[in-house]
Amino acid sequence: MGRLGRRKLLAGTAVSLIFGTGCWLDGTPARAAIVQGSLPWQPYAGDPPAGIGPGQWHFFSAEEGAMVEALVDRLIPPDADTPGGKDAGCAVFIDRQLAGPYGRSSRSYMRPPFRDGTESQGPQSPLTPADRYRMSLAALDAHCQAAFGRGLPALSPDAQDKLIHGLENNSLPMQGPSARAFFELLLKDTRYGFFADPIYGGNRGMAAWRMIGFPGARYDYRDWIDRHNERYPLPPLGIAGRPAWSDRE
Amino acid sequence: MAQKLPHRDVVVIGLGWTGSILAEALTSEGLDVVAVERGPWRDTATDFPPSYAPDELRYRIYHELFLQPAQATLTFRNKIGQEALPVRSWGAFMLGNGAGGAGVHWNAETWRFLPSDFELRSHLVQRYGAGFLPPDTAIQDWGITYAELEPYYDRFEYLCGTSGTAGNLRGTIQPGGNPFEGPRSRPYPTPALKQGFSHKLFAKAAAELGYKPFPQPAGNLSQAYTNPHGLQMGPCTYCGFCEWFGCGNYAKASPQTTLLPILVRRPNFEARTNCEVTRINLSRDRKRATGVTYVDSSGQEHDQPADLVLLCGFQTWNVQLLLLSGIGQPYDPVAGTGQIGRNFTHQTVSTATGFFDRAKYNFNPFVAAGAIGMCIDEWNGDNFDHGPYGFIGGGYMGQVQTNGRPIEKTPVPPGTPEWGHGWKQAVRDNYLSTVHTGTGVHGSFSSYRDVYMDLDPTWKDRFGRPLLRATIDFHDNELKMSAFLTEKYAAIIRAMGANQVVSEPRKGPYDITKYQTSHLCGGAIMGTSPADSALNKYLQSWNVPNLFVQGATAFPQNAGYNPTGTVGALAYMSADAIRSQYLKKPGPLVQA
Repeated sequence: MGRLGRRKLLAGTAVSLIFGTGCWLDGTPARAAIVQGSLPWQPYAGDPPAGIGPGQWHFFSAEEGAMVEALVDRLIPPDADTPGGKDAGCAVFIDRQLAGPYGRSSRSYMRPPFRDGTESQGPQSPLTPADRYRMSLAALDAHCQAAFGRGLPALSPDAQDKLIHGLENNSLPMQGPSARAFFELLLKDTRYGFFADPIYGGNRGMAAWRMIGFPGARYDYRDWIDRHNERYPLPPLGIAGRPAWSDRE
Repeated sequence: MAQKLPHRDVVVIGLGWTGSILAEALTSEGLDVVAVERGPWRDTATDFPPSYAPDELRYRIYHELFLQPAQATLTFRNKIGQEALPVRSWGAFMLGNGAGGAGVHWNAETWRFLPSDFELRSHLVQRYGAGFLPPDTAIQDWGITYAELEPYYDRFEYLCGTSGTAGNLRGTIQPGGNPFEGPRSRPYPTPALKQGFSHKLFAKAAAELGYKPFPQPAGNLSQAYTNPHGLQMGPCTYCGFCEWFGCGNYAKASPQTTLLPILVRRPNFEARTNCEVTRINLSRDRKRATGVTYVDSSGQEHDQPADLVLLCGFQTWNVQLLLLSGIGQPYDPVAGTGQIGRNFTHQTVSTATGFFDRAKYNFNPFVAAGAIGMCIDEWNGDNFDHGPYGFIGGGYMGQVQTNGRPIEKTPVPPGTPEWGHGWKQAVRDNYLSTVHTGTGVHGSFSSYRDVYMDLDPTWKDRFGRPLLRATIDFHDNELKMSAFLTEKYAAIIRAMGANQVVSEPRKGPYDITKYQTSHLCGGAIMGTSPADSALNKYLQSWNVPNLFVQGATAFPQNAGYNPTGTVGALAYMSADAIRSQYLKKPGPLVQA
């Protein structure tokens, strides 16, 4: 094993400098550090998640955003008690995730060559989630235009459900990644958005947590470990607290 | 050009559990110790304070505290002859990174192996005959006994403040503990954790079926504790954000809570973080390690000379570094030669889900800890007569459900649609009244001739070095064992009062996308002879006497328990041998 050339090293470690080893969500590089004599401490070194507010799409075009809003609202439809995926903010969640490291596959090993393997060997595609959403939404739109003369958001909920069934059982003809692959990707991300902390743009008002009775980002159940078969009465809390904390009367 | 650094007595590669234990032991002998850690420094207040630690998306789904495959990964195939492909995203296991290593985000299940586990081959041959062992078996005795290791299990448990109920105190079986465990010299340092409704219901059902349930030994502490180094830990709050997460309460045993604060204060200790060791350097005759080469985050290479090299990385990276450094002979499964890379094992886990009547049962699954749970050990190791069943091995089983985090855990009965109103309703109806633990059955994984590690011929890491290649599949023995154990487990879930029990025994092929614990073992195993092992009983390399290789790399096969307790014990035994024997007279501690 010969010495690693500096240029080769730099080329190789360029990845680690850009994407860092300590801070993946925003790509800040992590510097080598010596720890000696005392525990390191720096003011404001903590790294809480940045809140995501509503606003413009960061990743989706207006048309893509409308499609995804329609899709998430059928995957998780509204009912009397709980909003659907759209009002829960699932499309906003997915949009922000696709604009970040998840969308770019920054955490994954993306070196070539890319070869097909068995199912047990896991995904081997060079396509990132961002690529796949772009391609599959375009393919889905092309199908709707050809079949119905309109885009997916303009279809009735029943017609949208039929389309989703077609994705689910891989019968819908799609260019690029398969219908089933897109269904699985979208369903996974929709559920993540539904149940994640609302700081990420989904689970608005902690509606999903209320639906199931999950108290959220609470951290002390010592008074509850011995209370068996009793309903936990307190409302859910997120990392940013809950709306009542900032209500002004 | 590598920058040559001033000499140090000891270089420690990796600052996880074993790196921290060894660094503490050797700095207390006055040696100059430098630890080179690939990942960042981590501590509670900065990296996992209660204000933002309970974030399922960030830590459980996106694994922010873990090593990322973009930084380091391996390739995988089921069988020899198949092409191995890169593990591009984690699935079957998730690997630690940074100061504290996996000790930061483990769930702290702290078990001891059984006495028979250490002498597995002789024990099984004596009881059942050599013909009873599975075809292509590679199982071996460890070269140590439980009795030799016991004082070191004790030391690790008291370092951590482990919470539990002793089952065997100096040979006398204790009520409420594990009646099958090896004798322990004293009780656990803190009492067992409190248990939730579903955990207690499991214990009740198990007892009614004739089993002897006991609380799982936990490194999430039941009460405040000051360890032998004077470090104070807090009580667990049953927050349900344990495994995958750091603990904001200082209540989970980790290098951060048990060792690093005193270690860092010693003037003879230094940690270099975000520095990756790329090679262990050897003398010309390849019989002595001269130090390590590492790369810092600017790309600069450094040569760190040292008299003693301690390889304290995770199992995978230890094996890879040994191979890349040309230490020992790489294992060839066809020729049957070489020690480095053989006897690679994982864990055979399975579970059963119980759906209960929501009008009668409210389990509050979010009230839990990482190592909470009531378990039984009747079906572990050789605790039962395997004769009628035709397989070896076993595992503990229990209601060890650690959380109700909703992205991961909204179980629905089979037949429920995956989306739409039906899905939503089923999620709503079942969340509070379902028992679903990821590793309800925690079975052993035997070693085989064709399950091993070597270097990949095609894919490279960010330095241009070959990735590690893992060849692993289940053998019939493990699948048969899993079917048997899962059926026993499902019967207990049924006896708890479930309306419906959905059993999920482990099925082949080994699938790199399905999480099945991170308990990767073997690859540089310990034993009594260089003919069939890479290390002696003190984890000293037979080939390079000033190199010690810590961790589960040393296990000749994996038992039906979580490995960390045994990893900690072996580290203390190794540390003691270095302090009391090696430092006085450097050289082989065991005659080959």
